[in-house]
Amino acid sequence: MKLLVPVKRVIDSNVKARVKPDQTGVDLANVKMAMNPFCEIAVEEAVRLKEKGVATEVVLVSIGPQQAQETIRTGLAMGGDRGILIVSDTDPEPLAVAKLLKAVVDEEKPDLVLMGKQAIDGDNNAVGQMLSALLDWPQATFASKVEISGGKAAVIREVDGGLQTVEVQLPAVITADLRLNEPRYASLPNIMKAKKKEIAMKTVADYGVDVAPRLKVLKVAEPAKRSAGVKLETAADLVGKLKNEAGVI
Amino acid sequence: MAVLVVADNDNAHLRDSTNKTVTAALAVSSDVDVLVMGQGAKAVADAAAKIEGVRKVLLAESADLGHAVAEAQAATVVGLMGGYDAVLVPATAGGKNFAPRVAAKLDVAIISDVLAIVSADTFTRPIYAGNALETVQSSDAKKVLTVRATAFKAAGEGGSASVESASAGADAAKTKFVSEEMVKSDRPELTAAKIVVSGGRAMGSAEEFHKVIEPLADKLGAAVGASRAAVDAGYAPNDYQVGQTGKVVAPELYIAIGISGAIQHLAGMKDSKVIVAINKDADAPIFQVADYGLVADYKNAVPELMDALTAIGK
Repeated sequence: MKLLVPVKRVIDSNVKARVKPDQTGVDLANVKMAMNPFCEIAVEEAVRLKEKGVATEVVLVSIGPQQAQETIRTGLAMGGDRGILIVSDTDPEPLAVAKLLKAVVDEEKPDLVLMGKQAIDGDNNAVGQMLSALLDWPQATFASKVEISGGKAAVIREVDGGLQTVEVQLPAVITADLRLNEPRYASLPNIMKAKKKEIAMKTVADYGVDVAPRLKVLKVAEPAKRSAGVKLETAADLVGKLKNEAGVI
Repeated sequence: MAVLVVADNDNAHLRDSTNKTVTAALAVSSDVDVLVMGQGAKAVADAAAKIEGVRKVLLAESADLGHAVAEAQAATVVGLMGGYDAVLVPATAGGKNFAPRVAAKLDVAIISDVLAIVSADTFTRPIYAGNALETVQSSDAKKVLTVRATAFKAAGEGGSASVESASAGADAAKTKFVSEEMVKSDRPELTAAKIVVSGGRAMGSAEEFHKVIEPLADKLGAAVGASRAAVDAGYAPNDYQVGQTGKVVAPELYIAIGISGAIQHLAGMKDSKVIVAINKDADAPIFQVADYGLVADYKNAVPELMDALTAIGK
């Protein structure tokens, strides 16, 4: 069974994003970048499926600048077999990403696409659902447990107010939530080995899909700041303020 | 141009986020219809018909819709979009599950987590965990939005819209609902509660979380929340998590106990009307957003707070 795992290069999750003074976007110059945390979880799950003998090949695909090769190498060091980088100087919208991934799926014919539920830059939480819709494959989003057997995947999903279990017939698209697993740190020998693994270099034009943006970004602004209030001495003072000043209890 | 709002419901109850999404929809168009998808959900449709400003309610029912199967939900909405220029879906886990499918099927962009309607084609939404707000203008003929309900006031009651039935979209049946395990609680729902009491990693154990946070919440008639650190450590269940990767809340009063205030937590609660922080570390970032702070060990502060509340008759 072949797995396709899309991965995205994003701002490191420990770095605070800063808006550019001219309000055209977020300043990413000289900012530490890393693999999107949800993508890391998806790679980990794919590698575990390979280690269990369920999967035979884990193919990583990324859409981004040349430097996204590093992101793919990170995944290869975790245990991915090979990579595909679709070089793009712009950050395509979710619909365009889904269309590019569909083109990759048509070529690679994986049995399962395992991916993060959302990227921490655009925060759209959309590509997996869109890809599944374009492919007419079943979807299981926000997975916290995945079990594969007999051409089907049983997936426990995190839903409003609890957990839901669904069964999807493969091929399918599964998106990873936070608690699916804890991604490993790649060992030094595996990092060295990953350097020799193949990354196929492609361009957006190779796939002939429409990636024109549908949204025009008019402005990127900082949210209104909340100012610090007062520090109180006792719990009784607090209750007094909440009752008499704020009127919320 | 008419717009469609998809109701947030559990087949029996209409959730408040629907009323808030109607408010957002009314900023796009005065012709707002509500679609209720479920099974045996007539009571939900009747409740939706009472929302002020709603033109009519459509009720689509099937077993798959009753279990919120995304493929069936998306097919139902897509089937209706010939008559609408936009669809607005509350940005819950359930809404986010099917709304992007609708957008892909219509070959249009998804606009997620909308916080403000600037005009009928221009919307503001958070990116980078709420550290930046992006205003985007859509060139698509039809718009698909998920709406962050906490950013809008709930539309009131007093409407008397008609309820019509709509056809449920067919699912290719490759996704099968197996089972569901819902957390049972007498407390208000986290995203709809007027008061939220949240605990953090400082609790140290699930027992302590249970012993400290829950009685205070019950005294205030509040919902219980938790930081991601507390959830990851297993002190509180997943669906208590407040933050960018959990639930976004904006209650009248938010009480953060033993929560340091990581960016990801602040993104989920900073729009609360009044924020209270109790933390023994005076430098904790949570104090930078708190209206009222108590620099104290929660072990002493929470019992004192309980006593002070009892003293005023709570």
